[in-house]
Amino acid sequence: MFLINCPYCGERDQSEFVSGGEAHIARPKQPTELNDDQWAEYLFMRKNIKGIQFERWNHAHGCRKWFNVARDTSNDKIEKIYKMGEQPPKL
Amino acid sequence: MSKNLRINNKQFIDETRKLSFIFNGKKLYGYKGDTLASALLSNDIHLVGRSFKYHRPRGIMTSGSEEPNAILQIGNDDALTEPNVRATEIELYDGLICNSQNCWPSVKFDIGGINNFLSPLLPAGFYYKTFMWPASFWEKYEYFIRKSAGLGKSPTKQDPDMYDHRYMHCDILIIGGGVSGLIAAKIASDDNKKVLLLEDKELLGGSLIYDDNDISKIDNQKSSEWLKKLIENIKNDKNIVIKTRTSLAAYHNYNFLLARQNLTDHLSVNDRNNKIRQRLYKIRAKKVIISTGAIERPQVFHNNDRPGIMLASAVKKYIDYYGVRCGLENVIFTNNDSAYETALSLHKSGTKLNAIVDIRNNSSSEIVNKVKSLGIQIYWNHTIVNTKGYKRINKVTIMKLNDKGNDVIGKKIELNCDCLAISGGWTPMVHLFTQSGGKLKFDNKDNIFVPDKTNLNQLSIGSAKGDFELDDVLKNSIKDTKKFLQIENSNFDKIDIQCSKENEKKNIWLLPSDKPLSKTKPFLDYQNDSTAKDIKLALREGFKSIEHVKRYTTTGMGTDQGKLANMHALGIVADTTNTNMGDLGTTTFRPPYTPLTFGTIVGRNVGQFFDIFRKTPMHDWHVDNNAKFENVGQWKRAWYYPKNSETMHDAVQRESKAARESCGILDASTLGKIDIQGTDANEFLNRVYTNAWSKLQIGKCRYGLMLNEDGMVYDDGVTTKLGENHYLMTTTTGGAANVMSKLEDYLQTEWPELDVFLTSVTDHYATASVCGPNAKKIINKIFKDLDLSDESFPHMSFKEVKLGNINCRVMRISFTGELSYEINVEASYGKYIWEKCIEAGKEFNITPYGTETMHLLRAEKGFIIVGQDTDGTMTPVDLQMDWIISKKKYDFIGKRSLYRSDTVREDRKQLVGLLTDDPNEILEEGAQIVKDENKKPVNMLGHVTSSYFSPTLKKSIALAVLKEGKKLKGQKLLVPMIDKTIKVTVSDTVFLDKENERING
Ligand SMILES: [Zn+2]
Repeated sequence: MFLINCPYCGERDQSEFVSGGEAHIARPKQPTELNDDQWAEYLFMRKNIKGIQFERWNHAHGCRKWFNVARDTSNDKIEKIYKMGEQPPKL
Repeated sequence: MSKNLRINNKQFIDETRKLSFIFNGKKLYGYKGDTLASALLSNDIHLVGRSFKYHRPRGIMTSGSEEPNAILQIGNDDALTEPNVRATEIELYDGLICNSQNCWPSVKFDIGGINNFLSPLLPAGFYYKTFMWPASFWEKYEYFIRKSAGLGKSPTKQDPDMYDHRYMHCDILIIGGGVSGLIAAKIASDDNKKVLLLEDKELLGGSLIYDDNDISKIDNQKSSEWLKKLIENIKNDKNIVIKTRTSLAAYHNYNFLLARQNLTDHLSVNDRNNKIRQRLYKIRAKKVIISTGAIERPQVFHNNDRPGIMLASAVKKYIDYYGVRCGLENVIFTNNDSAYETALSLHKSGTKLNAIVDIRNNSSSEIVNKVKSLGIQIYWNHTIVNTKGYKRINKVTIMKLNDKGNDVIGKKIELNCDCLAISGGWTPMVHLFTQSGGKLKFDNKDNIFVPDKTNLNQLSIGSAKGDFELDDVLKNSIKDTKKFLQIENSNFDKIDIQCSKENEKKNIWLLPSDKPLSKTKPFLDYQNDSTAKDIKLALREGFKSIEHVKRYTTTGMGTDQGKLANMHALGIVADTTNTNMGDLGTTTFRPPYTPLTFGTIVGRNVGQFFDIFRKTPMHDWHVDNNAKFENVGQWKRAWYYPKNSETMHDAVQRESKAARESCGILDASTLGKIDIQGTDANEFLNRVYTNAWSKLQIGKCRYGLMLNEDGMVYDDGVTTKLGENHYLMTTTTGGAANVMSKLEDYLQTEWPELDVFLTSVTDHYATASVCGPNAKKIINKIFKDLDLSDESFPHMSFKEVKLGNINCRVMRISFTGELSYEINVEASYGKYIWEKCIEAGKEFNITPYGTETMHLLRAEKGFIIVGQDTDGTMTPVDLQMDWIISKKKYDFIGKRSLYRSDTVREDRKQLVGLLTDDPNEILEEGAQIVKDENKKPVNMLGHVTSSYFSPTLKKSIALAVLKEGKKLKGQKLLVPMIDKTIKVTVSDTVFLDKENERING
């Protein structure tokens, strides 16, 4: 059970949050311009790496804000938490 | 008591409080302070159970949680009985009733004991090999296995006990109240840290508290005396919270831990009334110190499992702590110095010690020299090759080891004994460390795995990290704790310790015998009856990974998780395969460390507290009017309102008829409601719904369909434009929370530029929906000034009116196809407005209807229910709802996916209507639809999603999803059931009022 440092509320128990999967996958601005493969890439393809993964988390039972988390999937250590719209840190 | 087994005047036993208990039907006595095991031993009872596979007689072996044999059924009440309780852990109480488990008909005569003689036929992998083939025989095997094997019996009635959960937070959590844990607690407290100290026993102090030898000294005092003063000091320390009888169950990431405290298990049954039985602590600690100690290993030799064979440290504890002799004729068998402490305790208590057998060549440490000086016979460089005595050991046979230690030489010597104390060294309790994700390393000197790397803010100290001698334990605990807490000085810095130092070490994982291995039974895992032979067989058969060897032989898979067996299993694998033990890796220790009851895990979340349930403001009215309820998400929704002896079918037919012929009323308060405001609210709706919203005027309502980005239908509902930049969206009852999250997600992460604010107002408003030809008359009676003409208040529009001081939002929208008004008021007026409608509708026989009738009415009109007629694989096109997809909008959620190669396939499953050839035959929801039921395998074309008997149409109607359904209208198909095949015809999805005339009353 993680402790997650919500950038708006502070440190809270994992049970207050939900994970939203991989971060930095922007919805294409002009979906109609994409062919099936390109759209499928956006829609379905997600990384599942051992090591630092950038993912979205939502403080669902708190401030309801979305934010980004850099988590090491091999030991669940949270390396960095940063707000939506910010660039992923270099780790 | 015929034998003199109890030594009087022991400080931890209260001899003024005699307790009676019943073991296998026989009344026995013990004292306050005893465990069940020590009380049994004081009655000269070793034999307590039978082993799992061979049904060999087994006795009490240890004095702690590692006990593999003495697991008993406690209590004989159908609700309170508890299986698999370790006799070594449960404190004796007056009136305790216990029984042996794995034996039938009795522990002394056990029919399964025949397995022992069949054992050559029952090797490792026996279960896999035998019961796999032939598969049809399983039922016969199962009967035999269940009868003759199996651990205890589960209670058959509901657990009447009360359990509790509590959150705890601390600076430093210390697990284990032995000497190193106590020192760490004191150092942390002196540094003004908030300390939580957990100890699984009744008393603090670990094994040092009953240490009675004269060699170990701390600050020139007997070590146990020094420790008692420290404990007094700690008990009065305000920074330290102590929880005894509390065992750690699980150690999770981020220093989140679960611990279980026994609150009443040590009390007699009559004293437990209305008290909480066990409490589960959910602990979040800034730092954790693991001081869980070590457990002694047995040695692995032929017939090492007889009752009367015990760990040397347990024999010592039974004497020094409980004042119980485990035997009157003792032999010690060891490979290390620690068993010599047992020798001194036996000697000091006047208990006969016939000999010590030591596999080492010699030892000249202080403690061994002291034992030598007492004139006790020591057989150096000898090993036990066999033991005798079926239900209790009576002899051991020893022989000399050769130089390599892999064979025996010379003459056999027989020694008499009724108790054999064995020691194979010590294993640090690293279970919690590894549970928390820590990595171990192998220490070749002591043949142990010790903590190495961890990602957590955590420290292991004492024998849990591999320090076994008193000076190492204390000095390293002090040093490491200071470093961990970043403290310069402590009150223990000048501690002076005297103790014996071990200078000879020798370890043989599998001791040789004069017989070939195939003729011997050297047990590793006592509970699962796996022997060294089984390990070797598994290796011969090609299993290499230790995890595979473990599963194949079942070594370490009992209720004790192989606390005793694992190291020897690893050692034998390493020796046989010529591998370094450190390279083998260890098996994984999983939570719980010791078994937990389900009661503790669920705590107070039982019965009505099992899950949250939500009630509408009109709930009490529904209850008073005999409503039956159904669960929709967490909501309790009125399902139907049976009158007198009506069945559900009768009630639903009556309610449906009333709604179509005069007037019905539905509690629609559970629908999700989202208040949407902001200058971009309209643009937002355009992006989240498939249809166009730009032209919607204030005061008008519109139905919307929401997709997932993959093009599949996600939710639907009516949204009303309340003001220029103000909308009220309704969602399905079950989908409300998910829709809210999804919309928030898009707003915050994809479209942060939009000026839109969302507020969930589901609980803020109550909704009464009045429908039917007489609905207008009823609404008119309530809101006399409201103009209800079709010109002023047409279908799909909304008006805000006042009823006294109550603000009402009235929407003219319909899910039944009838003329229909939904009155929304603040939740606190919900019951008032509902009763107002009922009163006004009396003359029209207004009929409350539940969700079942609502489903029937909408099915007659072919309206879908998301989640019933859709399942996350249906596009709007599949639902024949092409009309709701805007052609003009550039983009909305899911649009691009509507023309993926897969979603444009014409042979997708599509929503259709079904009519049964026999109009009285009602299809079963979920039933499969086929064209030809004779050609095997039968090709399934789809299934029924909604099915009802329509009282208005006087026939059965159904909705279904069907492959290429759009093309199949008019086709005859089959719905095969278990006892018949129903003939159906594919139809339109709208069954009633295709011209939509009823909507205007
Ligand atoms: Zn927050």
